[in-house]
This record gives sequence, C-alpha cells and structure tokens, in this order.
Amino acid sequence: MSELIRLDHIVKSFDDTMVLNGIDLSVAENEFVTLLGPSGCGKTTTLRIIGGFEKPDEGRVWFDGKDITDLPANQRHLNTVFQNYALFPHMTVGENIAFGLRVKNKTEQYIKDKIKYALKLVNLDGFQNRRIDQMSGGQQQRIAMARAIVNEPRVLLLDEPLGALDLKLRQEMQYELVRLKKELGITFLYITHDQEEALTMSDKVVVMNEGYIQQQGTPEEIYDEPVNAFVADFIGDSNILDGVMTAERVVKIDGTEYPCIDGTEQGFPPKRRVDVVIRPEDIDIVPYGQGQWNGTIISKLFIGVHYEMLVQSEDGSVEWLLQNYDQHDVGEKIGMKVDPENIQIMHKPKSEAESAIELDI
Amino acid sequence: MKKTLGNIYIVIIMLFLYLPILTLIALSFNEAKSMSVWTGFSLRWYEELFGSKLMMSAIANTFSIAILAALIATVVGTMAVLGMAAMKPRHENMLMAFNNIPMLNADIVTGIALMLFFLMIHWPRGYMSILFAHTTFCIPYVILSVKPRLNMNTDRLFEAALDLGASEKYAFRKIVIPELKPGIMTGFLLSFTMSVDDFIITYFTRGAGINTISTLIYSQVKVGIRPSMFALSTIIFLVALVVLIIVNVRQKREDMLLAAGA
Ligand SMILES: Nc1ncnc2c1ncn2[C@@H]1O[C@H](COP(=O)(O)OP(=O)(O)OP(=O)(O)O)[C@@H](O)[C@H]1O
Ligand SMILES: [Mg+2]
Repeated sequence: MSELIRLDHIVKSFDDTMVLNGIDLSVAENEFVTLLGPSGCGKTTTLRIIGGFEKPDEGRVWFDGKDITDLPANQRHLNTVFQNYALFPHMTVGENIAFGLRVKNKTEQYIKDKIKYALKLVNLDGFQNRRIDQMSGGQQQRIAMARAIVNEPRVLLLDEPLGALDLKLRQEMQYELVRLKKELGITFLYITHDQEEALTMSDKVVVMNEGYIQQQGTPEEIYDEPVNAFVADFIGDSNILDGVMTAERVVKIDGTEYPCIDGTEQGFPPKRRVDVVIRPEDIDIVPYGQGQWNGTIISKLFIGVHYEMLVQSEDGSVEWLLQNYDQHDVGEKIGMKVDPENIQIMHKPKSEAESAIELDI
Repeated sequence: MKKTLGNIYIVIIMLFLYLPILTLIALSFNEAKSMSVWTGFSLRWYEELFGSKLMMSAIANTFSIAILAALIATVVGTMAVLGMAAMKPRHENMLMAFNNIPMLNADIVTGIALMLFFLMIHWPRGYMSILFAHTTFCIPYVILSVKPRLNMNTDRLFEAALDLGASEKYAFRKIVIPELKPGIMTGFLLSFTMSVDDFIITYFTRGAGINTISTLIYSQVKVGIRPSMFALSTIIFLVALVVLIIVNVRQKREDMLLAAGA
C-alpha cells in the first residue's frame, strides 16, 4: 500500500496555547485510520489542518506525494463529514448532495444519476426532495456521507460522525460505514473518542493526548501492548499504579515488592519510576491473607455478565478495580492475586511531566 | 361560560384596535367635510388628494426616502455585521455597545443632533439630508436583526461549501447570504416602516419646502385637517394590509411546497 497522506511534525497553537505538539502521521491508500483521544486533545484540529481549514505553525502536509500545506481547502481532493454534519438547511436533501457537483459544472443528467446512486448507497432511496429538518439524526448523518462521496474523493475525513447518535443506531452505523468503505474503496481518516468504535472499525488506531501522539498501531497492538498507562487506561478501564523498579525484574507497588517479566532489556532498569497497569479482569479473588494484596470491597456493580467491584487496599492508599464472575459482598475482606505476566510495566506518559522526571533520574 | 367571556374579550380588543381605523375609512368616503355627520358616499376627497401637488409630492418623498434609506441601511448594516464577525471578540462587543446606544436615544435628541451636524458642515437641508438621517437611524436595527443569523453555524456551513470545492465567492452567495436572508429581510422591512413612521427626526432634518406625509399632516393640523388626509391614511392602511397578506400567503405557500416535497 502506498502512502497517501503524511503529516510531518505538525505544530499548532491557538493564542499561545499549544494544541498540537509535533504530529507525525502516515495514512496509506485505502486504509481506515482512526484518531482516538479524549476531548480537547487536538483531533479536530489535526483533521482541519488536513482539510485545509487551519494552517499549521510548523510542519508540512503531504498528499499523494505533493506538499499541500498552502493549498486552499477548495482545491484539495478530499471531503469531510463534519461533526455536526453542516448540511445546508435551506436546501433539499437532493440539492445538498448536488452542491459539490454543481460547483464542478457537471451536467444535470450526471447530477441526477449521482444523487440517485448516492442515496441508494446510504439507504435513503427516494428522499431527495425532503427538507433537511424533516430528517432524523441518523438520516442526516447518511446525507452528509452522500454529499461527500458523490465527489469521489480519495480520502474521506470523518469527525465523530456517529457522536450525536444513540447507542443502538451508532452500532448499526458502524457496520454501515465499514460496508461503505469497502464498496467505495477509498481511504477513511476517522475521529472518535469512543475506544470501542476505534478498535472495531479501524486498520490503524492513533491514540492522542494533549497534542501528542501516544501510540499508533493495529487495534490488537494498541489493546495488547499499550506503550504507556494513558493508552492502557484509555483503551480499557485499568488499574494504573505508581511503581518503582527496586531490582532487576522486581517492581514495588502499593508498598510491596513483586516479581514481573520486564527488566533492563525492556527499558526498565532498577530505580526507574514506572506506571504499573493491571487489567481488572486479571485480578483473581482469593481468601483473605492468601493473595499478594489484601483489601475491603467498598462497592459492587452488576454489569451484564460480570460484577465490577472497587476494593480499597489495607492502608487506604490504593483503590483497585476488579472484574469477577463471582458475587462478593460489600464490606467483605478479600485477598487479591495477579500472575506476573499480567503485571504490565510502562513508561510514564509522554508529556512535559515525563521529561521532567527523566531529568531527575 | 369561560369561553364566551374569552370571546367577548377578544371582540372588545378588536373593536378598540380597528374601530378608529374603520371610522377613518368611512369618513374618507363621506360627501360632507364634517367629521361626525354622514351625508352620502363620494370620492371627492380622493380626487382632491390625487389632484394636490403638495400631497402627491409628500407621498412620493415618504416612500422614495423609505425605500432608499432601507436599501442603503440594509447593505451597509449587513456589511458591518460581516466585518464585525472578523474582529476580535473584545472589539466586536465594544462596537455592538456603540450600535445599541442610538436605538435607546430619544428621537428628539437624534433629530436635533443631526440638525446641528448638518448646520455645522453646511449641508443644505432637503431631500438628501432626510435620506441621510433616515439611513443613519435604520442601520443599528439592520445590524441587530442580521447579526444573530451570522454565528458559528454559518461558519461551519461556509467551510462545508469550501470543502465541496466551492470558491469563497460562490459559498458566500449560495450559502451565507441565504442563511442571512431572514435577518436581512427583517432589517429591510423594519427600516422601511420606521422611515415611513418617522416624524420627529424628519421634522428637524428637512429644509423648508420639502414635506413627507407626516410633516405635511402636522403642518395641516394647524389650519384644520381636511378629509383628503383621511383618504391618504386609508390608502396607506390598505397598502400595508395588502403587503402583509402577500408576505404571509407567500410564506405559507413556500412552507407547503417544501413540505409536499416539490
Ligand atoms: N479556533 C480556535 N481558537 C482557540 N482555541 C481553539 C480553536 N480550535 C480549537 N481550540 C482549542 O484547541 C484544543 C484542541 O481542540 P480540538 O477541537 O482539536 O479537540 P478535539 O480533540 O477535537 O476535542 P473533541 O473531542 O471535544 O472534539 C482545545 O483545547 C480547544 O479549546
Ligand atoms: Mg473535535
């Protein structure tokens, strides 16, 4: 697969606030790439820079081997599905879809055929004369898709296109989007802050936080081998504990030392301060006193097939999140046990705080 | 019982509102000059009205000034709104405060101020000075009615148009203007009616020898009002009524057409 879009060290700030801190990103032809991150981390800004609505302070944007950093938005061969759809309210559904084609002076017959084809593709056959405000949220989302794809862009930029929909509709639309992408054979650059959506739909997930890319990789890589505690926590609820390597392959957490499988070879020499990530489903409940940690259950929630519990450690300094199929009562004292291979040692997240800590060592 | 009372209430309100106008319309067709005795149907006051050069020119002045002032104010006001949108929020808010002051100002103050201004710069007072004055006091209202239409949503729609390949000019014409149109129309109609309505500011900014309907009526009150004025008022009322009906019917039809999916 050849490279279609490349961001070269994009830096952007608004009114002295750094929003993007050097973003490097590569999107291959026909790939489904998702930008994932919490609100305000700079996802939309990244997309707007690619779309041509924002100029980076530093860095270059490449499209199909050409530098398009200074190319105006209306000359870029990509289309955007905006977060709020941005459908033209004073036009009918058909006129909305026709807009891009009218601009390009296509013939009426061509436009008519295209509208028909696009509406069929998004399952809205026969709706071309409806008014926009007569359409539901899900339908508006489809119209925004149709309006973009009739222009036959090579890349579709989608900014949280499903964000405004309810859960059930969102799941339906996820399938629709994947089907559409297959049918059209074009590249998708997708934004979401829903990690499940990112993991199920994408070829590549790019996790962002505070204007930095934290990690990029396949959904499996991101889920199984998060590079730091931020990614681990964002991808699934996790226990993230402050730890210190006390000896080779020994980490001290919550006051006690434990063996683990990471050491100097993995970049964690003794004395290094680290984040320790333990997934809630990896903690076994054992009788009090027989595990590595002891604690008291302080809350319990039944979520579908299993229980989610909060356990307070003996000295009250740590709250553990546990997932277990067995029922235990609030107030019960329990022991907890984790296999060494499920104790994941990680670098502290990439941020200014991190560089400060590194200098300390 | 409650309903009957409600209906009676509505009828009373309607009578209060429309009885004076109906009386006026009736008197404009009265044969005699009397304001209280009906002597028979006649169109003589209408003939007098259309035969009077003085009145015809006052009518022409009133409506030509209203249309011109409303047009200029709408264009200037809309451009001001677009310009302000590009400013820093702090400057924009400051400008809006300046915009709101003239609307709170008493007409008499505005009128005298404008008069002094024209005297000071030695601008001869006449048609042009009235037009200038009317345009001035209309602009803030246009700004106030257009501004709410230009918001973050308009920005996004504009960007969406660019995204689909439109030039900035095309996007402005096809997307931004239609979005602003309701505000522009309101601003124009508001300006028009306020210009037609105005007496005080016109009184202070007109020169000798030029009259609008309101200043003409005022000058006639002193010598005794003639029924041809009733005829004039009747015509103005009917014109306003017809315009209102046309606007409403068109709106209804547009809604229905769109709803039917035409
Ligand atoms: N035009 C602007 N002027 C000033 N600050 C801005 C502007 N646009 C974005 N920002 C700021 O930049 C930061 C990143 O914004 P961005 O919209 O890229 O976040 P996001 O990741 O898309 O968040 P969300 O998930 O909430 O949409 C935010 O702190 C935001 O306040
Ligand atoms: Mg966003």
